[in-house]
Amino acid sequence: MMSADLTIVLPEILLALYAMLALLGAVYTGKDDTASLLTWLTGGVFVLLAIWIGTTGGDRVTAFDGMFIADGFARFAKVTILLSAAAVLVMSQGYMERRGLLRFEYPILVALAVVGMMVMVSAGDLMALYMGLELQSLALYVVASLRRDSVKSTEAGLKYFILGALSSGLLLYGASLTYGFAGTTLFSGIIAATQGGVSLGLLFGLVFLISGFAFKVSAAPFHMWTPDVYEGSPTPVTAFFATAPKVAAMGLFARVVFDAFGGVVGEWQQIVAFLSVVSMFLGAIAAIGQTNIKRLMAYSSIAHMGFALMGLAAGSAFGVQAMLIYLAIYVTMNIGTFAFIMAMEKDGRPVVEIKALSLYSKREPLRALAMLVLLFSLAGVPPMVGFFGKFYVLRAAYDANLGWLAVAGVIASVIGAFYYLRIVYYMYFGAETEALDGRMSPVLWTALMGSAAIMVFGVVNLFGIEPLAAAAAATLVH
Amino acid sequence: MSSILSITTFIPLLAAAILALFLRGDDHAAQMNAKRVALAATVVVFLISLFILFEFEPNQAGFQFVEDRTWLLGLHYKMGVDGISVLFVMLTTFLMPLVIGACWNVETRVKEYMIAFLVLETLMLGVFMALDLVLFYLFFEAGLIPMFLIIGIWGGKDRIYASFKFFLYTFLGSVLMLVAIVAMIAMAGTADIPTLMTYKFPSADFNLLGLHFHGGMQTLLWLAFFASFAVKMPMWPVHTWLPDAHVQAPTAGSVVLAAILLKMGGYGFLRFSLPMFPVGSEVMGPLVLWLSAIAIVYTSLVALVQEDMKKLIAYSSVAHMGYVTMGIFAMNQQGLDGAIFQMLSHGFVSGALFLCVGVIYDRMHTREIDAYGGLVNRMPAYALVFMFFTMANVGLPGTSGFIGEFLTLMGIFQVNTWVAAVATSGVILSASYALWLYRRVVFGDLIKESLKSITDMNAREKLIFAPLVAMTLLLGVYPALVTDIIGPATHGLSTQVQASLADYAASNAVAAN
Repeated sequence: MMSADLTIVLPEILLALYAMLALLGAVYTGKDDTASLLTWLTGGVFVLLAIWIGTTGGDRVTAFDGMFIADGFARFAKVTILLSAAAVLVMSQGYMERRGLLRFEYPILVALAVVGMMVMVSAGDLMALYMGLELQSLALYVVASLRRDSVKSTEAGLKYFILGALSSGLLLYGASLTYGFAGTTLFSGIIAATQGGVSLGLLFGLVFLISGFAFKVSAAPFHMWTPDVYEGSPTPVTAFFATAPKVAAMGLFARVVFDAFGGVVGEWQQIVAFLSVVSMFLGAIAAIGQTNIKRLMAYSSIAHMGFALMGLAAGSAFGVQAMLIYLAIYVTMNIGTFAFIMAMEKDGRPVVEIKALSLYSKREPLRALAMLVLLFSLAGVPPMVGFFGKFYVLRAAYDANLGWLAVAGVIASVIGAFYYLRIVYYMYFGAETEALDGRMSPVLWTALMGSAAIMVFGVVNLFGIEPLAAAAAATLVH
Repeated sequence: MSSILSITTFIPLLAAAILALFLRGDDHAAQMNAKRVALAATVVVFLISLFILFEFEPNQAGFQFVEDRTWLLGLHYKMGVDGISVLFVMLTTFLMPLVIGACWNVETRVKEYMIAFLVLETLMLGVFMALDLVLFYLFFEAGLIPMFLIIGIWGGKDRIYASFKFFLYTFLGSVLMLVAIVAMIAMAGTADIPTLMTYKFPSADFNLLGLHFHGGMQTLLWLAFFASFAVKMPMWPVHTWLPDAHVQAPTAGSVVLAAILLKMGGYGFLRFSLPMFPVGSEVMGPLVLWLSAIAIVYTSLVALVQEDMKKLIAYSSVAHMGYVTMGIFAMNQQGLDGAIFQMLSHGFVSGALFLCVGVIYDRMHTREIDAYGGLVNRMPAYALVFMFFTMANVGLPGTSGFIGEFLTLMGIFQVNTWVAAVATSGVILSASYALWLYRRVVFGDLIKESLKSITDMNAREKLIFAPLVAMTLLLGVYPALVTDIIGPATHGLSTQVQASLADYAASNAVAAN
């Protein structure tokens, strides 16, 4: 049986092997001189793996006695993770190189984090879950403090590490309670144990597990680390934090609540709905006063996670489908937005003040237009694709008798629209100030324009993502 | 011919894309080219839309020129027009070339300006043609983006405040409608507007958050749609964004806002609130009637004390929209006919009045009423045109304004005499503020030094006003042109609403026994 098991986890094994070989190779050859090549190579490996995973695989199969699950849901999440990680990685190469940040460890750490994420969304057992989560987190802690000589960056790494350790503690406590009361760490066992309802101990375990996940997806009230880490990390790393790990953490969240606690939706639905509504409002209100665009994007991602959680809170297959579509759209928007932010610089130094964008539209009309499209998409104004993400989760919430959540969500989105409009205001209505430099590397330009084009032309049919997400959701929710 | 509606809708967008992609430079020649392309596109759209008007069969029930393609999530890309919407389409296509002509003097960021108006035209046409709830919402909401930019980039001194207020106010109104749309799709299982118009949404009373909802779900949905349309309309007391937006918007922006965008609210009431939620309309109708009556009197009084010409006309727009909502919620054929007529007439008249302000603003760069006086001495042609539209605004018989006001008042008189009595006083008030404005600006001696060298309207300006004068006069003396087209549709709508209400009353009577 061993060989059959190994075939199922082959993509993860190959990526892990690749990371280790790349590490050895880089150490014994040119070290940082190979970093550029390694970055592109890693991006290429991600894309190849995404194509491989996306085009193969059929029904749900499990490996290692159910500890690892490969199904449509995992495939969808993995492809999203791999593609977004590849995009962010190649986007960061130019930026990091010019600032002397491009060490050969960076692509390798990202590859290891991605292995962790792939394990997370495929976990079928609390142990596998924890292993994937920690592999991902440890790699991310290091990446956050990549800029070793910057106080803010090291602070970000340390803060992320300490709070991350705390949340892992919560998660482990929840896992141990769950194990104690269910008698097994296997999701299939837990769902059998909750057949006749959940005991108080199991409920405690569930709550602690969810708290841990909420930290990882940066849902309020477990969001405190997000703005500081986003601000302190180098911008490409921030872009990475805002994309792939969010998809992985939401995937894991959905995996646990459906695969392990799918029989008792009523027990966790209220908690998730609460997380959702608090995140949406906190993200919308706290972002208003921000002057730093990276902090603003941090609050924006909190609000967006609130909307994704709304889909999860529905507790139905349609809700999971809505969540997956929302995440895919969110990741695409963020890649474009961060490509724009990475190109904000003056005399070679990165600029993160929103004010610096004053009348940007006069100097760079095309880029400003692309950013305008992305901002309205983030705000959820039709006909941009961001609106459809919101429309799906609203429908899912309403169908699940969570009408109040839908109303709260749209009100939060109006409040949130204000700060996106403020960026538009600076770009289009502001007074001319000292100009930002005009340079933008072809990679960043392609990412920005591609993402904006997807936001506009997606209105036709969302590029056919809908049936894919539906099929993926159907494998998770029976 | 089968996709004539899509062609009409998307030609402006195509022209905008051509401008965005191929027009380079910002010299005078490039600016003129941008204006010419925009003008050509809008004229072509108008000519094509004439086919729609001539091919349209008023007596045929239901929607015509229907196009239907599947879209996302079981939604459809479905377009079509009926007697209610066809004239709004015509109003839009008719006014847009004039609007483009009115911004011939703009010199800052001309290309973007033209693109914004072309995109806006596509979205406005889409609103009036969409036959799918989500498609409608998409066009309805997307219109905010170009308008936000038009006010924010090309507006006056306080444009930032006005543009944010405009966007957030209307956005808040319409997201509640989005939740209602989601609820309707969940209940009826379709987003198809013609199907929903005959679908009976539950109307059993229920309690929510300690409030008793008479008319149940229908009232709740009606309120959500009302939140959106009342803001768009705008109705008192949620009208406060309009004066700000009008004052700060550039002339062409004001014209589009007053003449077309406000009509989306009224169109929404006719297309959604009445046929889909007749019980909700019945329950909430008296409230709307009184709000309208208050709006007519209150905003007329406010208009009386304004010192800014655009603000005065903006308040007068709110008052005139009061007649429209009153006519709609009278729910009889005279009221509905009058409401549609009033909206069309207001489209011509208020658009023309904002253009009149634009003419002297271009010359003097102020909208203060006190800065003018005695213009008739130097600008006879202007004085004549301004006089004509002032009279039309007041509702002088022989102009289209009279027909609209008269029909709505007649409709409302059959339903609620008190509201009719209050609203009628608005006719006198509108005469006072409009004539007083005219006297202060045009009559008297030309004593202000700055006005001594002002010039009369040039050929371009006269050309823009000519079609508006013609339409106002034509509809004023021969209203059957409009009522023949809308009549069968409004008749169908009012009978359908009355039948639903009779059903509701009967079922309530059964329940009471």
